[in-house]
Amino acid sequence: MAEDVKPRVKVPKTAAAGEVITIKTLISHQMESGQRKGKDGNLIPRSIINRFTCDFNGENVIDVVLEPAISTNPYFEFDAKVPASGEFKFTWYDDDGSVYEDTKAITVN
Amino acid sequence: MIFSRRELLIVGAGASLTMALPIMTHAATSDELIATFTGGAAVAEGGITLTAPEIAENGNTVPVSIDAPGASEVLILATGNPNADVATFKFGPLAGSFVASTRIRLAKTQDVVAIAKMADGSFASAKSTVKVTIGGCGG
Amino acid sequence: MKNQKILGLIGLTAACSIGFGAIAGPADDSLVINGETEIVTKTTAPAYIDGLSEIYSGWHFREADTRVMQADDFDNPGMLGVEAAKDVWSEVDGSEGKACASCHDDPASMAGVRTQMPKFNEAKGTMYTMEMYINDCRTERMGAEAWGWDDSDMINMTALISSVSRGLPMSVAVDGPAAPFWEQGKEMYYTRYGQLELSCANCHEDNYGNYIRADHLSQGQINGFPVYRLKSADLSSIHNRFKGCIRDTRAETFKPGSPEFIALELYVASRGNGLSVEGPSVRN
Repeated sequence: MAEDVKPRVKVPKTAAAGEVITIKTLISHQMESGQRKGKDGNLIPRSIINRFTCDFNGENVIDVVLEPAISTNPYFEFDAKVPASGEFKFTWYDDDGSVYEDTKAITVN
Repeated sequence: MIFSRRELLIVGAGASLTMALPIMTHAATSDELIATFTGGAAVAEGGITLTAPEIAENGNTVPVSIDAPGASEVLILATGNPNADVATFKFGPLAGSFVASTRIRLAKTQDVVAIAKMADGSFASAKSTVKVTIGGCGG
Repeated sequence: MKNQKILGLIGLTAACSIGFGAIAGPADDSLVINGETEIVTKTTAPAYIDGLSEIYSGWHFREADTRVMQADDFDNPGMLGVEAAKDVWSEVDGSEGKACASCHDDPASMAGVRTQMPKFNEAKGTMYTMEMYINDCRTERMGAEAWGWDDSDMINMTALISSVSRGLPMSVAVDGPAAPFWEQGKEMYYTRYGQLELSCANCHEDNYGNYIRADHLSQGQINGFPVYRLKSADLSSIHNRFKGCIRDTRAETFKPGSPEFIALELYVASRGNGLSVEGPSVRN
């Protein structure tokens, strides 16, 4: 697992049924592009988060393929429809096989 | 993080580009990536919006957003990067809009392109020129 | 001898070829963080600063996209460092079985600390920066190892301690025992360094608002430190910034933590007395 990888997500705690809410996500990650040279003059191997997904109660909201051109600490902002109370699940997939997850509950009132 | 001057030059030349180095592996060109994405279908200009700054203070962290009403999938390309592909967004059934934002690396002044695959199978595109100032003294 | 002449000539040519470009002064904008913390980003210069009438945070000299990034803690990647430091804050380290939290409770208890840094430490008889206070806590109270000046643990901790002072005005003391350090820093500020023979003042007092090549020059205020730099995608300390500036004049630089940089930090901080603490800010 890459060092110090920590996901953050921002989701409102409540919403009206069917409301569209804005979600922000940020994960601390170097996103090593594979094109940079280290102090020893050799290329530093690519090591990035290559996919990010957000689902709500098992249904997909957004599914993103990331390339090395995504900046360090990948940031996404997008909208989701909230049909009922439930849980958002956020998943980041690392080149090294690690999978980072976060969840946020939201209540429809 | 401490960079040597040499590393800084490399980073400065583009977060991911080394113009002085021969590119060992074949990097797909924008045209090839678009052809793969569209399967060779015609791409209409307009119908979607790509928002990017006119001037990016540093190519390492450039905010971009797309608004592609009716799209199922959007491909973002940085045509002047060593590898032109940046990201592909797929909107799921619970997407609340066709808007998404992220931050990207641009190696130099160039066109950023978004190609959207619409629900009816057609394709739309938008383009935005971003001037990258290789700036930021010192550090 | 011949070499020296050639070097001198190169220096002169380089200095002449640096143009200070068109004026595009400070952006007319105001900063409120998280919709609640009002930040004073421009105010009247302190009386003891001769070369400036108004002082501006470096925030005013950045493009709109960069300015917006600092207005919300979620959008500010520097807050990743703050969060990492919050974890460290309550982690026991060293022989005494203590964490920061053992003595200082919540990080919020550090509100106001950043506004006075650097500060004359009576017990130690010298000028102290936040890094030095942190390391004294670690070595003397916790029995832990000192952090390096630019270790990520150190920069993250300074970011956390700054973050709880955001919105409070910088107010470093310049008189009393601080006076000789302040004088030393002032002397440095107006000294031309390097082959390019540039002083801090040449860029940040005489030419703020102008462009030096592609860089929009700020007043070089340090109320926003540590800063998250888009360039390095990482937090950067005050002394690391000084080092970069001096190196850009093509001079041998002082070391982070050196007496010279501590004196310069005091003087530069005093030039921003009255601006709000912003750290961790977002810059290019």
